[in-house]
Amino acid sequence: MSDPSAFREEARTWVEANAPEFLRGRASDPNAWAAGGRKAPFIYPESRDWLLAAADRGFSVPTWPEEYGGAGLSRDEALVLHEEIARLALPMPLTGFGYSMIGPTLLDHGTEAQRAEHLPKIARGEIRWCQGYSEPNAGSDLASLATSAVRDGDFYVINGQKIWTSGADQADWIFMLVRTNPDVKKQRGITFILVDMESPGVEVRPIRLISGASPFCETFFHNVRAPVHQVIGEVNSGWTVAKALLGHERTSIGGMGRGGARASLPDLARDYVGVDETGRIDDPAIRERVTQCEMDAMSYGLTIKRHGDGLEAGHKPGPESSMFKYYGTELNMRREELMLSIRGPQALGWEGEGFEPAELNQTRTWLRSRANSIEGGTSEIQLNIIAKRVLGLPD
Amino acid sequence: MASLVLTAPQEMLARTAAEFVSKHGGVDRQRRLRDEGGELGYSPEVWAEMADLGWLGIPLAEEDGGLGMGLAETVLITEAMGRGLAPEPFVSAVVFAGGLLADAGTAEQRAAWLPPLVDGEKRLAPALLEAGSRYGLDRVETRARPNGGGWSLSGEKVQVVGGVGADGFVIAARTEGGDSGLTLFLVPGEADGIEVVAQKRVDFRNSAIVRLSDVHVAAGAVLGDAGGGLEPLGRAVDRATVAVCGEMLGLMTEAFERTVEYLKSRSQFGVLIGTFQALKHRAAKMFIEIELSRSTVMAAARALDEGSDDAELQVSNAKARCSEALILVTNEALQMHGGIGMTDEHDIGLFMKRARALEFAFGDAAFHRQRFARLRGF
Repeated sequence: MSDPSAFREEARTWVEANAPEFLRGRASDPNAWAAGGRKAPFIYPESRDWLLAAADRGFSVPTWPEEYGGAGLSRDEALVLHEEIARLALPMPLTGFGYSMIGPTLLDHGTEAQRAEHLPKIARGEIRWCQGYSEPNAGSDLASLATSAVRDGDFYVINGQKIWTSGADQADWIFMLVRTNPDVKKQRGITFILVDMESPGVEVRPIRLISGASPFCETFFHNVRAPVHQVIGEVNSGWTVAKALLGHERTSIGGMGRGGARASLPDLARDYVGVDETGRIDDPAIRERVTQCEMDAMSYGLTIKRHGDGLEAGHKPGPESSMFKYYGTELNMRREELMLSIRGPQALGWEGEGFEPAELNQTRTWLRSRANSIEGGTSEIQLNIIAKRVLGLPD
Repeated sequence: MASLVLTAPQEMLARTAAEFVSKHGGVDRQRRLRDEGGELGYSPEVWAEMADLGWLGIPLAEEDGGLGMGLAETVLITEAMGRGLAPEPFVSAVVFAGGLLADAGTAEQRAAWLPPLVDGEKRLAPALLEAGSRYGLDRVETRARPNGGGWSLSGEKVQVVGGVGADGFVIAARTEGGDSGLTLFLVPGEADGIEVVAQKRVDFRNSAIVRLSDVHVAAGAVLGDAGGGLEPLGRAVDRATVAVCGEMLGLMTEAFERTVEYLKSRSQFGVLIGTFQALKHRAAKMFIEIELSRSTVMAAARALDEGSDDAELQVSNAKARCSEALILVTNEALQMHGGIGMTDEHDIGLFMKRARALEFAFGDAAFHRQRFARLRGF
């Protein structure tokens, strides 16, 4: 399958044959997207059918090797598959941290046994994952984290508190950073470990956000016992694994800057602002902002493509993920702000009558988007990383 | 779209071009040429050497004497030239005028002008701008009047890059009578009634006023169809625009690298100024803008080479992006250099001045955003 155009035919046929009728056109409905797991029900049963059909073909995690439940597709082929799925405005069959973060990290840093244990379950949506990085006193300065893990025979005993653990209330497992050595430079005493959320001593409390939703939690650990073989990479070398995973996370958050299946800005502007007699958006300032946003998204998409082409050609991945995280989130937030301006007073709805569902959703996505430049390392941290690691500016 | 990664031969070409520009003195040569004050403003021996390397035929077809490469390669040459502020009129003579001739010229016109252009024996200059034309290609006051079997041209072109010393001009004129469309003419530099006067611009590049007083040319001087000049002119301008974007990319990269080096070597308050977060964050943002610019230039060059449907969009996206990034970087470069940057002795000012000339070549950011919006129907 080295020829993407030949693969397109195959992908199109497969999508046509397997995508549930009900999900077609529902890409912008958050309820249609599935992250799997034992606890979280599928809101639409069709999302489960779609996920399982994809998993049977390896298309839930298309670029992973076949032995772990993937289809072994190249990046270009996976892009074609995504385009074919987006063509029918379908949700992707599988989303979530297993797919976007811990899976790729295990492929890079896991042992054969660890991959065999976890990856096929992610591919079939059986296990949902959450991320235990931030702590109340370790935000931007993540390496100062204090949750401790003390060795006791074949187990680590974990005590402490994580915060901003997205979806912890619905997750089955957590990948987390723990302090295994408090007596060395802070980055050198951190270990990356996988923990079953069913373990005795794990407690989860959702946090209510400005958007009214509770996507994040506080997660407490009281003498939680985790087997030693769930350590990823070497003990006390977790910072290296953590940074690699943050790279996947930043690329994933930054990816939102491309717009994807979102509403078209120019269409929204024509709809709310109106058009003049020549068919142009009837407000020069809005037209200019729409144009700027569309051009920035185009340039950003080209840069992601150039970076991907480079990886395909064998270039080493560098600290570019900080650039994508910074620019993608700033662009996404700018687009959300612009959509508010375009909708005007109709963007002010919270709930109930007088507002369309899309308008109510707008309020929430705008509020949610304000976290984009904070989560996964703030914009300022990304600029620091570029200054230090790319430009070599002194500390 | 084609891969946005350089092939091995393209990398080799980029390296050769970079070595060529620095071998000839880089920015020091531009400073020396400016200080000497000659009207030519560039080095004939460098031009001849570029011809020997085949570069004056890079974007032209092999049957016209060229190397048959595309804009993807052409921008590698202009990027290297931009880094060293090389003043040779490569974009105007080769990419613009040569490309226009290759596109719209008859076999006879191509045979007469292109091989000698590639060999460096004849120099062409496109005379596009008039005092009132700004960026509108059809804002042309120069007139072409039918005269006998040929034409009589009258008008005044300004800021003709490479105009001093040119052997021929490509001139757009409004044809009187008929549909009053735009017609392109190939006019020999020695024709009666042409007066070429050197102009001094802020970038000290070869630039000229070309005055035409009843310049008589034969019917065979018409390039393409009489009255149908706008379309081939637009295509040539798009190609030249991308070549200029390559030059801008080289210039902003060099100005940025020099600035980062300065941040690593200049101390104040007992520490290197590169330790200040106020400067670090601005430097990181510039880095991102340059990375985005590079992607747009590579994409626009490939889109034109492939004849993609979105080529015009890509060209305007690239020119708008590069214009903004270039002005950001050169202005910030000067600010971060502090007082020393304001002196003529320091090179950073030369980058800022050339940047402005490139920003306004073939339309600035606002112009290209408007064009993008028009093409997309916003």
